[in-house]
Amino acid sequence: MSTIPGELKYLSSHEWVRLESDGETVTIGVTDHAQDLLGDVVFVELPEVGSTIAAGEEAGVVESVKAASDIFSPVGGVVTEINDALEDAPELVNSDPYDDGWFFKIKISDVKELTDLMTAEAYTELCEEEL
Amino acid sequence: MNAKTALYEVHQNSGAKLVDFGGWDMPLHYGSQIEEHHTVRASAGMFDVSHMTIVDVQGAQSREYLRYLLANDVDKLRSTGKALYSGMLDENGGVIDDLIVYRMPVDYRLVVNCGTREKDLAWMEKQAKEFDVQLKERPELSMVAIQGPEAIAKVKAAMPSQAPLIESLSVFQGLQDGEWMYCRTGYTGEDGLEVLVPEDKVAEFWLALEAVGVKPCGLGSRDTLRLEAGMNLYGSDMDESVTPLQSNMAWTVSISDRDFIGKSAIEAQKSAGVPSKLVGLVLEKRAVLRGHQKVIVTNKDGSESVGEVTSGTFSPTLGYSVALARVPCTISENSGGTCEVEIRGKRVSVAVVKPPFVRNGKKVYK
Repeated sequence: MSTIPGELKYLSSHEWVRLESDGETVTIGVTDHAQDLLGDVVFVELPEVGSTIAAGEEAGVVESVKAASDIFSPVGGVVTEINDALEDAPELVNSDPYDDGWFFKIKISDVKELTDLMTAEAYTELCEEEL
Repeated sequence: MNAKTALYEVHQNSGAKLVDFGGWDMPLHYGSQIEEHHTVRASAGMFDVSHMTIVDVQGAQSREYLRYLLANDVDKLRSTGKALYSGMLDENGGVIDDLIVYRMPVDYRLVVNCGTREKDLAWMEKQAKEFDVQLKERPELSMVAIQGPEAIAKVKAAMPSQAPLIESLSVFQGLQDGEWMYCRTGYTGEDGLEVLVPEDKVAEFWLALEAVGVKPCGLGSRDTLRLEAGMNLYGSDMDESVTPLQSNMAWTVSISDRDFIGKSAIEAQKSAGVPSKLVGLVLEKRAVLRGHQKVIVTNKDGSESVGEVTSGTFSPTLGYSVALARVPCTISENSGGTCEVEIRGKRVSVAVVKPPFVRNGKKVYK
């Protein structure tokens, strides 16, 4: 069974969101379940720093040995940072999906959007249904 | 309920991710498909390929039967154990399956794909009616492929009593010791062996190989290895809708002085002009070529012709994407040709090359 940290929020398309301590920056990545389904990740295409993204909008692509999958942004805002390490080490998405394998950070426009996202419990149920 | 090989429990104990493959539960990988790929290129990996179908062809007319059944000519097999790669064609020259035929001490042995087992056996039985032959499937034999630059040395280390037999094998030859058969063949572009083992002995054999450092590898890396090696996958790169001439398999068609199924269709296609061919594509950008993507070829007069990627993947050895694609014959794979592939709605320029892409761990295409 894959790891699903209790303190994060989730999208049904298998992205996770962490609200950082400043209260307005969120970090986004894909879940352990997602990386397991994808298999070895070979390329990650990330949004440009400074670009504005709406909640639910396509923000990048992750290519694995098996398939290409869109990455959706769970919340809207301005991209403040992307994980450059993924360019040379895309396997971080597989080995450490919740920490070193993060994708991008967004300065969130409306913190209330976070409440619409799935809790760890709801996401766990979703993953179990998919198995 | 899927079929399981005699190694199923061993795979489960090794943490394999098991997936359905042609009605069999087979290992996709044991952790990382890319690491398994690199292991085969650098040292030695092993694959459970027991799902493949083994058929013995016996009887007074087995030679005549196979000369009629197969597009390649078994008369090329001049000594015991020698193996031949061939297509088995229908009357239209379409590829029913690709297979390996071994010349055994008496008669012949075929290894055919698992996904095509039923139609292959039905076709072979139908053609056998005109000949004095018997077909005997050998489901009690498991099969393990050990591949990589250190594969042969490691099999010898695991099976010291078999070292002389293994050393005596020439490339594309298989020799028996009782029911065991050691074949110097493979599907990875590396040296190595495929070993046929009685199913009640195969777990012990697998664990002995693991003990000398051979790493279990799944079908995921088997696919990236064979594609780098420019080897076709039946059902993706060719099927009944195309001939060997359209599938980079012209070298396996031996016209010779005999009749074989599909011969007249092949000769007719040759004289009329072959409508398409299978080439290699290379994309050195951060995107991946994948099966069924559309290929666009711009002709000299500015018009466009369309082809299709038949298999594509990220090449772990090269660090970028390679593919096989069926394209119009107007394009050349010998003179730095290019074409375009539609990837996720965008046209991307790719190089057209002659496969293979990788052999013995090194880039080989130009």
